Amino acid sequence: MNVTLRFAWRNLWRHARRTWLTASAIAFSAALLVFMITLQLGAYDMMIDTSLRVYTGQLQVQRSGYLDKPQMRSTVPEAAALAAELRAAGFPAVAARAQGFALASSGSRSYGVPVSGVEPKYEPLVSTIPKRLAQGRYLREADAYEAVIGATLARNLKIKVGDELTLLGSGRDGSVAATIVPVVGIFDSGNPELDRHLVQLPLAAFQEVFSMGSDAHAIVLSGMELRELPKAATRARALLPADRELVVLEWQELLPGIEQAIEADMVQNWFTYIILIIVVTFSILNTFLMSVLERTREFGVMLALGATPYRIGSLVMVESVLLALLGLGIGLVVGGGLAVYFHLEGFTFPGMAELYAQFGLPGRIHAKLSFNAIAVGPAVIFLFTVVAALYPALRIRRLAPVEAMHAV
Amino acid sequence: MTEHTVILRNVSKVYRQNAVAVQALTDINLEIPRKDFLCLSGPSGSGKSTLLNLIGGLDKPTTGEITVAGERVDQLGKGGLARLRLHKIGFVFQAYNLIPVLTARENVEFVMQLQGRSPAERGAKAREILQEVGLEGLEGRRPGELSGGQQQRVAVARAIVSEPSLVLADEPTANLDSKTAENLMQLLVHMNKEHHVTFIFSTHDRLVMDFSRRLIKLHDGRIVDDEKRGAGAVG
Ligand SMILES: Nc1ncnc2c1ncn2[C@@H]1O[C@H](COP(=O)(O)OP(=O)(O)O)[C@@H](O)[C@H]1O
Ligand SMILES: [Mg+2]
Repeated sequence: MNVTLRFAWRNLWRHARRTWLTASAIAFSAALLVFMITLQLGAYDMMIDTSLRVYTGQLQVQRSGYLDKPQMRSTVPEAAALAAELRAAGFPAVAARAQGFALASSGSRSYGVPVSGVEPKYEPLVSTIPKRLAQGRYLREADAYEAVIGATLARNLKIKVGDELTLLGSGRDGSVAATIVPVVGIFDSGNPELDRHLVQLPLAAFQEVFSMGSDAHAIVLSGMELRELPKAATRARALLPADRELVVLEWQELLPGIEQAIEADMVQNWFTYIILIIVVTFSILNTFLMSVLERTREFGVMLALGATPYRIGSLVMVESVLLALLGLGIGLVVGGGLAVYFHLEGFTFPGMAELYAQFGLPGRIHAKLSFNAIAVGPAVIFLFTVVAALYPALRIRRLAPVEAMHAV
Repeated sequence: MTEHTVILRNVSKVYRQNAVAVQALTDINLEIPRKDFLCLSGPSGSGKSTLLNLIGGLDKPTTGEITVAGERVDQLGKGGLARLRLHKIGFVFQAYNLIPVLTARENVEFVMQLQGRSPAERGAKAREILQEVGLEGLEGRRPGELSGGQQQRVAVARAIVSEPSLVLADEPTANLDSKTAENLMQLLVHMNKEHHVTFIFSTHDRLVMDFSRRLIKLHDGRIVDDEKRGAGAVG
């Protein structure tokens, strides 16, 4: 072993108990950070995943420009056929959707609402709405003239299952789009927006009413692991016909609000973490200072022998780094162990699983295992520790040999 | 600079603490030839340590010039002083000389490491010098596991191993019983002869003074006597 390393290592163990206490403080904070950060990132993933499962899907194929300006004529041509191709290429959950706008009326009341045409067979794979029927049933036949609507909308329109709903809008070509369909189901998705507005028709019926031919507006893809999405998007892009201005959008573009919410939450959490780290850093600084002060005389002898203050300062730095690494090593093992456990087993609050189950969602947070999730907390602690160690190390520069040797 | 290891010209030292000034040394003039074996004697507070510290570059004189091995110690900066101490001067202090976590051999190797010598050379020289000071078999012990006399022998080994021109020893026998002190002085005499190194040591022990070849008496920071002695070192 390197002489300085050995020297530093032995110096650490001159006060074994103090060294263990300090290492434990570092280990504890490192373990806590690893645990909290992996869980926090796991919670974000769950939040993204659940948000996407409700309706949006993980990826969408759209006509370029449709996202910013959703015009009826910005279509995905031959949508059902393209969806079938994607399915054949191995994408686990693919459904085509068309979207329009209509005045929905029942007897006395009318509301302007978005109307979407969905593939009854595939929509359950990309959305939780089909599982969230409060009354009646979901859509069955691709070409049936029937509708499901959100619970709040049903209440506002005073409509029950079996009642008729009149839709009046304009088709893609500007013609009048009008139909009267029976409401076969009322859903309660838990998403207030969807429950207040949405009307779903089978895709073929929608295409006829809104003069869409065989076009739609989106192909929704879902059922994949979050971390695979960037690759999946690339793969999907390669499968799109080149001449139709189609794009594959990822969730960050489809639901930008989620990323913003996560970033805001992250800033808030880091504020807490940094305070924790600062508290620990001060206790470490205290140890470092003590260990330097009590050796003033010894440093005086070393100076007399011809050691430069820089050399002694380096020794003190090496000691601090070793101490930090010792603590971080223990903290990583403990924190990493916790992270692996909660990655496999999931973490849940009392009542959380039940609450989520109501909405057809998994109610456990699985700690996220990635290099960054595990390393970033300990790395920040290490950085703070090294900065704290600089102060006593730099103090040595002011040491004068004679005074140092007279110190007790 | 030819034959003199140490030259002091009109050296004075005043310590100022708060408003109080202590005149520790007054107008010291001294020339110490190469290979001399010189003893500074005098009562406690007479300025022995102060003089040794000034010569060793551990402290600066208030006025006057100090030349050691051809270099003006009073004019050197921190880096220059560290270099001078590392290569030209060895120190032995009264007590607590050694680095407690290092073994005898590692203490000796420490200065050679500072000098940037290779591990192989360090190992060989350390073994050789520890044998020379009579500590064969004890190389692996830490200071706490050695007697006071043995610790001082390690300190002497460490002072010599860097091949300095000058070794300064401030009351090296103060914590030793008279028999051990005598043995240590014999070792210093031996080192002085074998390694051609100038020795300056301080003591107020008559028995220890008798080993010197030149005896300087200090009183209240002034040289009051400078006596050449034929006996002792030259034998
Ligand atoms: N660092 C210091 N600050 C103030 N006074 C000092 C200091 N070191 C020594 N002195 C004073 O200088 C004088 C000489 O001290 P010193 O050289 O230690 O004598 P000796 O080693 O002969 O006992 C004494 O009066 C002592 O009190
Ligand atoms: Mg003294």
